[in-house]
Parts: sequence; structure tokens; C-alpha cells
Amino acid sequence: MTATTRAGLLGLAFIGALTVGASVIAPHDPGRQFADLSYAPPMRPHIFGDGGRVHRPFIYPLRLVDRLEHTFVEDRTTRVPLEFLSPGTLVTTDESRGPWLLLGGDALGRDIFARVLLGARLSLGVSVAAAVVAIVLGAVLGAIAGYRGGRVDNLLMRAADFVLVLPAIYVVIVLRGTMPLVLTTGTVFWTMTAILGLAGWPYPARGVRAVVAAERQKEYAEAARAVGAGSLRILLRHLLPAARGFLAVQITLLLPAFILAEATLSFVGFGFAEPTPSWGVMLHEAGQAGTLFEAPWLLAPAAAMVLTILSLHLVSAGSSYSSWEDRA
Amino acid sequence: MQTGVRRYLLRRAGFAVLLVFAVSSASLLLAHLAPPGDAFGTDPAVLAAERHRFGIDRPIGEQYLDWLSRSLRFDFGESMRFHRPVAALVRERAANTALLGLSALGLATAIGLPLGVFTGSRARDPLAIVARAASIVILSTPSLVTSLVLLLVASRTGWFPAGGLPRIPLDASVLDTVAITTRHLFLPALAVALPIAAAIERLQSRAIHEALEEPCIIAALARGVPRHRVVWRHALRLSLKPVLAIYGIIIGSALSGSFVVEIVMSWTGLGDLMYQALQSRDLYLVAGCAAAGSFGLAVGILLSDLALVAVDPRVEESA
Repeated sequence: MTATTRAGLLGLAFIGALTVGASVIAPHDPGRQFADLSYAPPMRPHIFGDGGRVHRPFIYPLRLVDRLEHTFVEDRTTRVPLEFLSPGTLVTTDESRGPWLLLGGDALGRDIFARVLLGARLSLGVSVAAAVVAIVLGAVLGAIAGYRGGRVDNLLMRAADFVLVLPAIYVVIVLRGTMPLVLTTGTVFWTMTAILGLAGWPYPARGVRAVVAAERQKEYAEAARAVGAGSLRILLRHLLPAARGFLAVQITLLLPAFILAEATLSFVGFGFAEPTPSWGVMLHEAGQAGTLFEAPWLLAPAAAMVLTILSLHLVSAGSSYSSWEDRA
Repeated sequence: MQTGVRRYLLRRAGFAVLLVFAVSSASLLLAHLAPPGDAFGTDPAVLAAERHRFGIDRPIGEQYLDWLSRSLRFDFGESMRFHRPVAALVRERAANTALLGLSALGLATAIGLPLGVFTGSRARDPLAIVARAASIVILSTPSLVTSLVLLLVASRTGWFPAGGLPRIPLDASVLDTVAITTRHLFLPALAVALPIAAAIERLQSRAIHEALEEPCIIAALARGVPRHRVVWRHALRLSLKPVLAIYGIIIGSALSGSFVVEIVMSWTGLGDLMYQALQSRDLYLVAGCAAAGSFGLAVGILLSDLALVAVDPRVEESA
């Protein structure tokens, strides 16, 4: 295992832990609106007080100066201590004394940190589900093409090449366009899973086809056939396991594309919708004219996205299977 | 020209025609499946009358054949939302997208290719290691994020206009027009180009590394040809094939990237139009956008096929 792969896996473990533990780690409910903290800047936890004395970790609460201009001052006279392991959350503050918005607040004064964490569940959840669909679909179709050969192979691979050439986001947008515009969160989740899976299958399919077509010529496959194993058994027990390494790398190549697709769909309004937190939904707010200038911390979900995709790329960078062709 | 090469190019041309036909037909049929939208308002009587006027209350087969026969005569119908002929609407927008896409492709190639040759030919140079790391980070930053960040930088510094099509005064000279357009184009083009440049750099880096191990290159080095000349002249030509072979896919990702950049940076192009058309269930406009987009894609793929043949005439029939 190379150093880059190890760094990538470490990053993925970190992101995975934050996502799984999101509801415990988030200091506030992602839907909770703090009316006086609209576009509040990020609040850094402190240890040193004004006199240079060391305290338990605390924050200075923000006081609204101008509601229209969204200007705030730190109230340096009061210290709101962080409360560790209070019921339900890991770290939070007493909301009545001053809520703690680690990454600042959005237009409605909601906790961006909590929304990024909870949003990861939807954004990464839909990407992982879609990757599973694409891998399974690609493995099945690729295996059929590689095992059968001839006309079936030709037809399937032509179809795969065709989808590969198309700009992925347009395929996804057009497929999504055939559905009703307003859907519930649950329906959006499964619709998006299906659409991304349909758009993503050619990538694993081509590789699996190549592996299966090469392996079925080998002696062990011949031997299995000679002792009377059926086609399905040969495929599942003998040939497909040879493509396991390839498929593992494919997951790390499909996930970045799917994370981006979720963000793009939700960003333009074809995906998840307010008030559900997802990275794309949050970026939609950042993309509104003027808001970014006032509150650059709205880009927090973009940072989370880049970190996740970077970790995935680092994992696949060391692998011999990875090529840009699979990543485009 | 050898018959093999001619057959190959003919096959690719056939593929290009099929691409345009299949993509525009499929998007018309898919858009037809969609539940009706709000292009005509919500009054049911008006809705029915308008649907009749545009002929979308007829059976799908009949409607499709009608659309097909008219499209072959370059009549793509009328947009239900904008009440204008689709062809005129698409032509305007396609020009904007082509400008954005082509400058992004040019920028990406101009940055990515030389950088890839540099990082691929000097594995241990600290500068090359930094460039490699930067390239992996940029590869992980999609155009959606890049364009938002550039928008923020532009609004903070005011160095470049933060998107939007340039408004060119009527009395502007040619030079002024070019200058104004370039200024407005820079940030959107950069947002589309950066991830692609990083991808080209990675690919070219590996290709040049492999080319440098070819016997002919080692022989040239052994004969005493200066190293930088071997790299930039001989190895470069050998290594261009993998990059050119996926230029079709690169063009596709430039179109994908320009979709989101157009929306973020209000660059009114084809992607933006396609999105509006899909949202308002504007059937003929969807099909028209798809036809224009796939036509651009097909031309790009054909050009990259030609370039591939020019660089290396040993095309494989299976390619």
C-alpha cells in the first residue's frame, strides 16, 4: 500500500466517522433557526481569556449589531463554556446563553456545521447507493458481454461506448427531467440512485467484460466447464472474482462523479430541496447573487465535497487500474 | 490514404451521425414522457388549446415522425415557452457555449499538456512533485466548486467581471470587442478548464513517462541527442496518442462542466437553455438543444479522430 493510498483511506475513515456520527456530533438540530444569527460568521472556540488566563474551552457569544447589514460583534465580557457529553450531543453550548455555530450561520440562522454533517448522510448516501447500482448493473452486463461474446457483446459494448461519450450531467438532467418537478426527499433519493446508476454502468461494464473475456479462455475456467459446471456457476464462482480488484477501484472512481452529480442536481433545483440539508442544497444558497460576498463560509459544503473527492482520488491514485478514462 | 484509415474514418463519421440522431430523438421522447409543465400557465382551457396548437396532444409516434421529417429540413419547431423558433434560440445560445467550451478546452490543453510533459519527464524534481500534488487537488475540485470560489474572489477583488455575458457598446471597435469579451470570458473559461487541465496533466504525465522507456527514445538518448529535445520532440509525439484518444470524452466533460458554470456565472448558453426547457417541458426546445449539443460533440469527436490518425496512422480497427 502506497503512502497516498493510506492518506486517502485515512481521509475516508475520518469522513465516514463524521457522517455516521453526524446526529451526535452536530451541536444543534440542523433545522433549528437562530433568528439573531442570520449569516453569523464562524465562531472559534477559545482557551485563553482576554487576560491571557487559561479557561475550559469556551466561545464568545455573538451580538447582532445591524440586522440589515448582518454585522456582529463578539461579546468579550461573557464566556459561554462548551459543554461536553451533554445528553444527545458530543459538544454544544447552552443555547439560551449563546448558540455555537462553528462554521457560521446561513440565511435563516441555521448551524452550517450541523447541516454539512447531516447533509453528508444524504449526499454520500445517495452516491454510495448509486455506486452499488452502477457496479452491480455494470458487472452483470459486462459479464454477459464478456462471456457470450459475438453479437450480444458487440451490442452491449456499443451501447456502453455511446453512453460514455455523452456529457454525463446532461444524461442525468434529461432523465431527471422526465420525473415530476417536486418530489419528496425519499423519492428524490431513490430516483437519483436509479438515474445515476443508469448513467454510470458503462464504466465498470467495460472493464468487467475485458476481464471475463480474458479469464474464460484460461485453463481453470476450461476445467470447471469440463467437470460439468453451468454457465452461471462458472461466471459467479470463477470468473467474476477475478474482476474484484477492478470493481473496488471502480467504486472510488464512480463516487466522485456521483457526489458531484448530486450537488449539481440539487444546486439547479432538480434534486433535494430546502429545508432538507444536502451539500447541493446548501451550495444553492451560496450561489445566490451577493450572498457569497457577505458570507463566504457558505462554501463549507464545497470544502467537504473537495475533501471527500480528494480522499477517493488518493485511494485510487496508487492503483494500477485507475486511468483518467474511467474518471471523466 | 490507406483503405484501413478511410474505413476507420467512415465508421467514425457514421457514429457521429448516429449520435446526433439518437440523442435528439431520445431527448424528445424522454421529454414527452414527463408530466406536463407550466409553459402555458395553469388555466386548463388555455393549456389544452396550446397543447393542441403545438400538436403535443397527438399520439407520440405521429408527433415524433412529424418532428423528424421537419428537423431533416432544419425546421426544429417553435419554443412553447419563449414563443420563438427553436433554431434561432438555439443558435444564439450554442454560440455562447461554443465560445466558452472552446476557450476552456484551449486553456486546459495549454496548461495541462506542457505541465504533464514536465512532471512526467522529471519524476524527482521537487517542482514536479508540487505540480503533481496541485494537480490531484485541482482534479478533485469540480467546476461547480471552482466557479463558486472564482465568483467569491471576483466579488472581493473586482479584478475580473464576475460572470455574465459582456455588453458590447454598439460603437466598439473590433479590438475593444475582443478585449471586453476576453475579460468576461476569463473566469467562466477558467472554471471549466481547471479540472480538465489537471486531468490532461495526469494523463500526459503517465504517457510521457511510458514513452521515455520506449527503445527508440532510449536509442536517441544513447546517441547523445540532448535530453530536452528528445522529450519535447520525439517522446511528446509518441505520447500524444492516449490524450488524443480520449479527447472525445474530454469534450464531453467540457460540456458537462460548462453546464454548471453557465448557471453559476450566468453565462447564457446551451446548458442554461436546456435546463429551462426541461423545467417547463418545452419538448421541441429540449430536442433542439440536444441536437445542437450532440452536433458539437460529434464534430469534436471527429476532429480528435482525425488528429489521432495524423499523429499515429496505425489506427486499430477495434478502436
